[in-house]
Amino acid sequence: MSRIFRITVSHSILICGVLLMIVPLWLVFASSTHSNNFIYNEGMQWKIGGEFFDNYDRVLNRKGGFTKEITASGIFYNSFIMAFGIASLSVFVSMMAAYSLVYFKTRFSTLFFWLIFVTLLVPLELRILPSYQIVSDLNLLNSYAGLILPLSASAIATFFFRQYYRSIPEELLEAAKLDGANSWKFFIDFLVPLSKTMIAAMFIFMFVYGYNQYLWPLIMTTSEKYWTVVMGLKMIYGGNSVDRYTYVILSLIPPVIIIVFLQRLFIQGLFQSK
Amino acid sequence: MSYLELDNVTKIYPNGTKAVNETSLSISEGELMVFVGPSGCGKSTLLRMIAGLEDITGGEIKLDNRVINKVDPSERDVAMVFQNYALYPHMNVYKNLAYGLKNKGESKEEIEKKVNEVAELLEIKEFLLRKPGQLSGGQRQRVAMGRAIVRNPKAFLFDEPLSNLDAKLRGQVRIEIKKLQKQMGVTSVFVTHDQVEAMTLGDRLAVINEGVIEQVGSPIEVYEKPATYFVAEFIGTPQMNFINGKIHANKFISDEFECSINKDVKDQEVIFGIRPENLKVSANGSIKIKVDLIEKLGADSIIYGYDKSNNYLCYRENGNTKIKANEEISLEIEDENYHLFDQETKKRLN
Repeated sequence: MSRIFRITVSHSILICGVLLMIVPLWLVFASSTHSNNFIYNEGMQWKIGGEFFDNYDRVLNRKGGFTKEITASGIFYNSFIMAFGIASLSVFVSMMAAYSLVYFKTRFSTLFFWLIFVTLLVPLELRILPSYQIVSDLNLLNSYAGLILPLSASAIATFFFRQYYRSIPEELLEAAKLDGANSWKFFIDFLVPLSKTMIAAMFIFMFVYGYNQYLWPLIMTTSEKYWTVVMGLKMIYGGNSVDRYTYVILSLIPPVIIIVFLQRLFIQGLFQSK
Repeated sequence: MSYLELDNVTKIYPNGTKAVNETSLSISEGELMVFVGPSGCGKSTLLRMIAGLEDITGGEIKLDNRVINKVDPSERDVAMVFQNYALYPHMNVYKNLAYGLKNKGESKEEIEKKVNEVAELLEIKEFLLRKPGQLSGGQRQRVAMGRAIVRNPKAFLFDEPLSNLDAKLRGQVRIEIKKLQKQMGVTSVFVTHDQVEAMTLGDRLAVINEGVIEQVGSPIEVYEKPATYFVAEFIGTPQMNFINGKIHANKFISDEFECSINKDVKDQEVIFGIRPENLKVSANGSIKIKVDLIEKLGADSIIYGYDKSNNYLCYRENGNTKIKANEEISLEIEDENYHLFDQETKKRLN
């Protein structure tokens, strides 16, 4: 009896959680399949309407902005490149940084680590003027490199990799040394495969971070060709409700693809480490 | 002929701690040398210096007539078995064994042949495709051995490899290691703090204390003629009994008893040591103890008690003893089997 009660309670809590996540998404999706006038008069809808293809085709391919140079698909592409670039570069840079901090015990490695860590207190928004200056001096305004590079050194990812490497037993390094692994080989043959899980987690984390950037792309792109997702929502699709819903649903797809793809690796890693 | 030679090897850590102090030792080819000592005595440091995992502060290490002080660990031609095995958790057993060979640049066929030979020898063939996480403690231990053997090194270095196994398995693996080592004839150094392991495995022991080798010799030599008070105390369970006293006119005199000694020793303060099995009950024995505790182990019984001057003494009797707690017994020394140590230098006198 009490077992059934317990199961009922825990399941209802879980179902509430699921509903909390799904319902808003469903509302937006269902509403994005009606005509604009209908939504305007009737408000958001629970049922699917008949305008799915028209709406999605329009939003994806209509040229927007002031110069009509960019479409929503172009914007998603830009954001994907930017987020992917930030995620891969920051994972790579953080792994290298953590590797040198943990395994090459230079005199000031702890100091260096804390210096890196302190940069968490100085987010991009605070250093946006000098960052702009540097990127502009490097002639990287309106380029993917300019979008990616200033965001690709991550203190938090360095911190996580450092903590992880420190938990790897010293004997593993020693055994590898006796087996003739030099420092590069140890990194490639040991640290990379062992931190697969961590790489997947950090990649997802940094991808979403990059995908959600607003202020930096806004400041450093003057050409509409380089607009990104959050900017697009504000600048192009701010007015018309149905287009906005459609755009929101479409903008979810790139991060969802990344998460679905990497989650397999992530779970695999969890089981392997047992 | 010396094969692995330590010549005044010293290790001083940057913070000034002297872990190993001018240690010299020569190990001949095919010999199994055991470093034994309490934890923190420097035995592992010494081993790690041979492996190249610790820098050498002073002195010289030679392997097969080559000074290896500055040689990279992978080029020293030594293989090490670690306490926690240090198997590569993300590689299967085959890759664990093959990794060192691969780094040496050997061909795929060569590697496969060698790995299979070793797997056959250690009976781990069926696990070759498993990961270390899926193996039991004993199997991991074999893989760790295999990884050392497959490289066909000039010396094996064992760093307390049995301490993670349960008691029964430890006994089995100990015998296997001994057999394998004899069969392959590879010079080996085995570090342990367990004296049973040390006594059973070693061709010779080096008893180490505070970074200094106290005695080197065969297990029986070390047991029967401990060179210092420390060795006498450290080797043997239950521990040797010690009674303080002095020598006068070739007689040992303590508050408790007197006994004439068989060797000329000048008059001085000494420590008199006697092993529990070298005592025997005798009606007119000179050592009288009041029994405090009896441990019956089946094959023999160990009797503990206090003498008049409150020394806690221990006596071992074969079989199941009839002695009871709180009884008074008299013991005498059997066959002049005793040890005399200088109270100041702690060195053996007889």
